[in-house]
Amino acid sequence: MPVYNLKINGQSHAIEADQDTPLLWVLRDHLDMVGTKFGCGVGQCGACTVHIDGSATRSCLLQVSMVENSEITTIEGVSEDASHPVQQAWKEIDVPQCGYCQAGQIMSATAFLKENANPSKSEIRDAMSGNICRCASYNRIEKAVELAASKMS
Amino acid sequence: MKNNILPSVSRRSFIRTSALAGGGMLIGFNLFQACKPEAAPPVDIAQLNFNDFNAFIKIADNGMVTIFSPNPEIGQGVKTSMPMLIAEELDVSWDNVHVVQGALDTKNFTRQVAGGSQSLRHGWEPLRQTGATARQMLINAAATKWGVDASTCKTENGVISNANGDKLGYGDVVKEAAALEVPENVSLKDPKDFKIIGKDASNVDIDEIITGKPLFGLDYKEEGMMYAVVLRPPSFGKKLADFDATETKAIAGVHDVVKFGDKVAVLAKDTWTAMKGKKALKANWTSDSKLESTEEHDKILTGLLNGKEFNTLREDGDVKKAFTAADQVIERTYESPFLPHNCMEPMNFFADVTAEKVRLVGPIQTPAGTARRVAELLERKPEDVSVEMTRMGGGFGRRLYGDFALEAAEISKLAQKPIKVVYSREDDMGAGIYRPAIKYRISASIKDGKITGYHLKEASINSNMYGLIPNFFPAGAVENYKVDVASYDSKITTGAWRAPYTNFLSFAEQSFFDEVAEILEIDRIKLRLDLLQKVKGTTDERIQYSPERLENVIKVAVDKSGWGKAKEGVYQGFSAYYCHNTHVAEVAEVVLENDNPVVKKVICVVDCGIVVNPLGAKNQIEGGVIDGVGHAMYGDFSFKDGEPQDKNFNTYRLIRMNETPVVETHFIESDIAPTGLGEPTLPPAGAAVANAIKAAKGIRLYKQPFIKHMKTKVPLG
Repeated sequence: MPVYNLKINGQSHAIEADQDTPLLWVLRDHLDMVGTKFGCGVGQCGACTVHIDGSATRSCLLQVSMVENSEITTIEGVSEDASHPVQQAWKEIDVPQCGYCQAGQIMSATAFLKENANPSKSEIRDAMSGNICRCASYNRIEKAVELAASKMS
Repeated sequence: MKNNILPSVSRRSFIRTSALAGGGMLIGFNLFQACKPEAAPPVDIAQLNFNDFNAFIKIADNGMVTIFSPNPEIGQGVKTSMPMLIAEELDVSWDNVHVVQGALDTKNFTRQVAGGSQSLRHGWEPLRQTGATARQMLINAAATKWGVDASTCKTENGVISNANGDKLGYGDVVKEAAALEVPENVSLKDPKDFKIIGKDASNVDIDEIITGKPLFGLDYKEEGMMYAVVLRPPSFGKKLADFDATETKAIAGVHDVVKFGDKVAVLAKDTWTAMKGKKALKANWTSDSKLESTEEHDKILTGLLNGKEFNTLREDGDVKKAFTAADQVIERTYESPFLPHNCMEPMNFFADVTAEKVRLVGPIQTPAGTARRVAELLERKPEDVSVEMTRMGGGFGRRLYGDFALEAAEISKLAQKPIKVVYSREDDMGAGIYRPAIKYRISASIKDGKITGYHLKEASINSNMYGLIPNFFPAGAVENYKVDVASYDSKITTGAWRAPYTNFLSFAEQSFFDEVAEILEIDRIKLRLDLLQKVKGTTDERIQYSPERLENVIKVAVDKSGWGKAKEGVYQGFSAYYCHNTHVAEVAEVVLENDNPVVKKVICVVDCGIVVNPLGAKNQIEGGVIDGVGHAMYGDFSFKDGEPQDKNFNTYRLIRMNETPVVETHFIESDIAPTGLGEPTLPPAGAAVANAIKAAKGIRLYKQPFIKHMKTKVPLG
């Protein structure tokens, strides 16, 4: 089985896996980094969102062989102590209900705010529409992204 | 009228205390049942035994309070709100309270059920009594030390004081308090003195959630565990004829292939390999009966509504006579599809079946019942089986059913290994326990411009509305009233889905009254209020709702929404409903964008008694309303030849952020015991939206999902 050298949250990992193994399962099963969630496996729900070179990407569709030369950031790498302004905003607004989708939501929000530091409400709504929250905590996600933007500006 | 009357609990039967070896006091108690008479809490915190007690409070000698909360958490917030009740009566600062989920994978314990929005309602008395009892024991210990009468002592934020101005922290007297007898009659606070109840408290797991810590069933793993992905019959009604696992077994990392019943499990060292192994299986299926389809169900349910075979759940007066004497009869039929639950965390469960014991770990709403079923399945003694719960990535009713835990147990037994069953999204949506497809037919007899009779007929797949629903509104409000039900036995598995039955019945009923008001040219609010007048002062013990509380939420919703005074281009729809002991009114606001109705806002007025944690309560309300809007607008699920036609989110549509209304919540101020919020704001949302769409486009909707039916005018049902 081939070995892949991955750079995740600034650390190097040598992973033995089939080339078609999605990054999601490498993170979860090989590296015990379970913050990145499995939701649909077809790139539709956003629960598995990570950053590849800073861009929000669905890790369930991304084969491990494709990301050897990339900087991978997962929810575990956003901050160790929940101090990132997006995490702080999530806490202040008290966003989660069941909490399962929230890591993916936070990963989408952090990548989006890097590209658009001062988004309008409708830009937030469009940007976050790739992430499903089955508990429908959408009103709070929207508020938290707004709050995070104000914290970061 | 039956309002929130719960059996009183004897404190002595459910509280025990002990001094901890390492310092501090431990209070063991049971939420909903008496513990064994001989049970005693341990003196070492590492020995917490959730068999004898299902919850513990530790008061450390530095005054810090730790609450070991045992409750299933599926996102409804009880892990935060239930400890708030204890802390309130204990009279400590919420900042000094630490909530810990009963430790996983150390002890055998079974816990309570999360379902029916009942956790807070049932916990309200016993949890406060537990806190108050502990407080009284601490006061008694301090009073003895001081040589004063306990009744002259007061507490504030974990400090006891007496009339002489002496002060002792709770931590200073825990050792003495633990040795005292548990007092029988403690008084509870007057709601006006509450300091924690009614104040915002954040989700106690927030830091773990936002940093991606392992919390959920899917995150759980043990050394040596195999991942099991299961091939199940592709259609309801099909059976496994034979299968070939040659290609599967050739995949590196596949450990084993196990057949059980009509299913085949592939065991592998990681999830992806197990999924690939499943795809490589070659299976042949047979069926010995006709496979079912939505088209056929439609005809069957309509046939049931048109037929004469009903079970009558309630009958007041003489409906037949009222309809015969009527000037006019209004009759409408409402139709809903099956719905999958689609918890974001797909079903999964860990099992380790050995000769000594059966250990189960995972997300489940009914641990005790599941343990019993597993014991039966494996022919084991009930005491051999333990179930430990993880946090749940959503429930919505799906995790009431332990089918996935039974699968895990069976596979582990056959493979003789610890395994975890993992469902793909396709497995989760395709092997569901769905909300049944239902049709309602509602008829009203009109005489002299008044509703004289109301006849509700339900035709459903597999099962019918549960016993209390026929006693919801408009029972008692119409003299001649009848509820008839009929069902069709299907091979498609069905069960509870967030606010069972009422999630669609509310849409039918509140759409119906809206239309009746239009036909009779009566103000739609007045029509509802006039009906409620007739229920006031009723002596009918069966009536579940309070006409006064329902009237109040309606009036407040009219006021807060500026009902009838919406800006030009904004169309409002009204709905009010009682279920799960909570009274709710909602006003939806719709605008037209490119002639398509878009739901912009929902004003939601809730009477759930005392609001324990407003921050968490509003989250439930916002989620319930948007869930209700989303499924009414988009939720569509059908079968062809027994096979679900949608299996993933590429074709199955769930509401997304750009489609969500802003929910504006208003609570009715109350000193009545709290009721739950996990479900009751969902049911009224569908009719509020449908009635607003009627106002906007002139289209009256009778079928869900609206997206399929709102483009064209449909003939009256």
